[in-house]
Amino acid sequence: MSVEAEHSQPILQSYVGFDSITSQIEKKLLKRGFQFNVMVVGQSGLGKSTLINTIFASHLIDSKGRIQPDEASRQTVEIHSFTEAIVENGVKLRLNIVDTPGYGDQVNNENCWEPIIKYIKDQHSSFLRKELTAMRDRFIQDTRIHCCLFFISPTGHSLKPIDIVVLKKLTEVVNVVPVIAKSDSLTIEERIAFKHRIKEEMKFHNINLYPYASDEDDEQDSALNDSIQDLIPFAVVGSEKTIVVDGKTVRGRQNRWGVINVENENHCEFIHLRNFLTRTHLQDLIETTAMIHYETFRSKQLLALKENGQQ
Amino acid sequence: MNGALRKKLQGYVGFANLPNQVHRKSVKKGFQFTVMVVGESGLGKSTLVNTLFNAPLYPSKDHVLLSEESPKTVGIQVLSTDIEENGVRLKLNVVDTPGFGDFINNEESWKPILETIEGRFDSYLEQENRVNRSKITDLRVNACLYFIAPTGHSLKALDIEFMKRLHKKVNLIPVIAKSDTLTHEEIAAFKERILLDIAHHDIKIYHAQHYDSDDIETINETKDVMSKIPFAIVGSDKIIETPDGRHVRGRKYPWGAIEVDNEEHCDFVKLRQMLVRTHMEELREFTNDIHYENYRTEKLLVLGYQQDNTVFREVDPLAKLEEERALHEAKLVKMEQDMKHVFQQKVQEKESKLTQSEQELYTKHKEMKDALEKQRLDLEEKKRRIEQGRPITPEKTKKKGFGFAGK
Repeated sequence: MSVEAEHSQPILQSYVGFDSITSQIEKKLLKRGFQFNVMVVGQSGLGKSTLINTIFASHLIDSKGRIQPDEASRQTVEIHSFTEAIVENGVKLRLNIVDTPGYGDQVNNENCWEPIIKYIKDQHSSFLRKELTAMRDRFIQDTRIHCCLFFISPTGHSLKPIDIVVLKKLTEVVNVVPVIAKSDSLTIEERIAFKHRIKEEMKFHNINLYPYASDEDDEQDSALNDSIQDLIPFAVVGSEKTIVVDGKTVRGRQNRWGVINVENENHCEFIHLRNFLTRTHLQDLIETTAMIHYETFRSKQLLALKENGQQ
Repeated sequence: MNGALRKKLQGYVGFANLPNQVHRKSVKKGFQFTVMVVGESGLGKSTLVNTLFNAPLYPSKDHVLLSEESPKTVGIQVLSTDIEENGVRLKLNVVDTPGFGDFINNEESWKPILETIEGRFDSYLEQENRVNRSKITDLRVNACLYFIAPTGHSLKALDIEFMKRLHKKVNLIPVIAKSDTLTHEEIAAFKERILLDIAHHDIKIYHAQHYDSDDIETINETKDVMSKIPFAIVGSDKIIETPDGRHVRGRKYPWGAIEVDNEEHCDFVKLRQMLVRTHMEELREFTNDIHYENYRTEKLLVLGYQQDNTVFREVDPLAKLEEERALHEAKLVKMEQDMKHVFQQKVQEKESKLTQSEQELYTKHKEMKDALEKQRLDLEEKKRRIEQGRPITPEKTKKKGFGFAGK
């Protein structure tokens, strides 16, 4: 070999066959199935349950709004978790949805985020413990939250103080994707101004949202990430009901003065959110949780254990 | 007045012209109306005020500079304008409450609002009690529009708490803000649940009264308006073009355009009708006759004023004279009786004292007599002895003899 060959890759002289590793991995993964854990956080009445049902095109969770007058409103934030397995084209997805009813609903909402942060950390902690045991499973069941959808109320002005505090705390432990709920109450100009304002506020308060820029990204990836960053927060409308528009049945909302088509890009950004979550960034979300958030948690825990041991 | 006779007039007198006189006077004086808007930020309160009075009273919110500091308490901002229509001048005061419901801890958020309302009652009370009352400015809040977020579920805890504390102090009119985000079925269900919640917590929102003297048309109108409470409203001060080419106030979306002044689209027209066109005066009366009076009674009782119901009795001079005389006589009789009683008491005392001393004298007398008797018997005994020649002390000899006998 000449000196130049040390700087460039060796050229294969005949077909080896290791390019089939991708299909081998795929077969293995198909057998195993995928696990995706998503959490929804937001004030009551913003359409969280409806949006989840719309994204996964099935009735997975029920709305938890207070309907009866003699029902008392929740005094603490509860954590409800549902697991469903959905199958599409032979690919099995075990979906775990964590709902947080009661967030931001009381008169005094101080520390209402604590049960949520605790839950996320608990999942990391139980995974760490399973990893550290001497006899551990070959494949540890992953209950860590891969994505947290944060619902912003469509005021049209700016983020609320409670939103800012909670976002700061959440972005430290989980991938946060902010979403403008019920965005059919904003006209297009209002929506643009609102998004601009939210992005300014996030930057001002140093809130780091997913997707994170990394050095390993190639051009295509960074272009995609940039376009996502432009769209965030997604202005969405959710609907489980179907209506007929131009002869086609679509999911949407019907009023006396207009019909909103959830899957129409000009009406709302639901399509973008769904593609982002399921078609383009699903694997990345799972990986980022394992590589960034979990590792941060793990190193903090182990350092703390070491210090405690030394004392 | 209940006992007054109703007489039939035989000719035209002319007092049917009174309403016109009142009308002229009031128009000259001008009217004043104070409305308060309460709700979380971003629910469209300022836009609604602009839409209601068709004037850019509130400028669009310029972007507040980003800063770590944010206000810690609910602020109270008052906007005063004079608007005129057809020669009628209205001094409109709008009280805005920025910051309500926006903090993490909203427990004290109704306090500043309550204080404002009560403060205005206090200043009116003070003006009423002044010596010179020719110029009284009425700043009392006549109506409070409470903005409910369009969640579609039911009232939030903060909504219920606020309404419970303020429904007895001000006319509460709940409205569903930004209702273009709800479909019509959702609005109907939401309204029902809100009304159930309100009834469950015994909250008294503003309810227009029916008067027997009203004509059928007015009664139906009022019923119609009241049936829409809480009003599902949309506010807009911009003019848009509808798909069929009209230029109206509304909001334009990619999927349609909602017209603010169209009754089919939202209840804005009904709200404006109630607030401005038909019930403005009644809201003021309610504030004065019910809310203010309740506040005044409470405050005065707290200050220690006793309720003196005798001032309400009708006074007839002759009867009063008779009454006074009867009272006086009764007093005299009472005095006489008292004196008699006292006299009797004294007599009894003296009598008992006398009987006591009589008893004492009697016993003393008896004692002395007994003593004397005893002495007399003694003396007689001695006399007898002397007469018999025996020694005065017979017992001594007896003893001597005994002593000898013993030896």
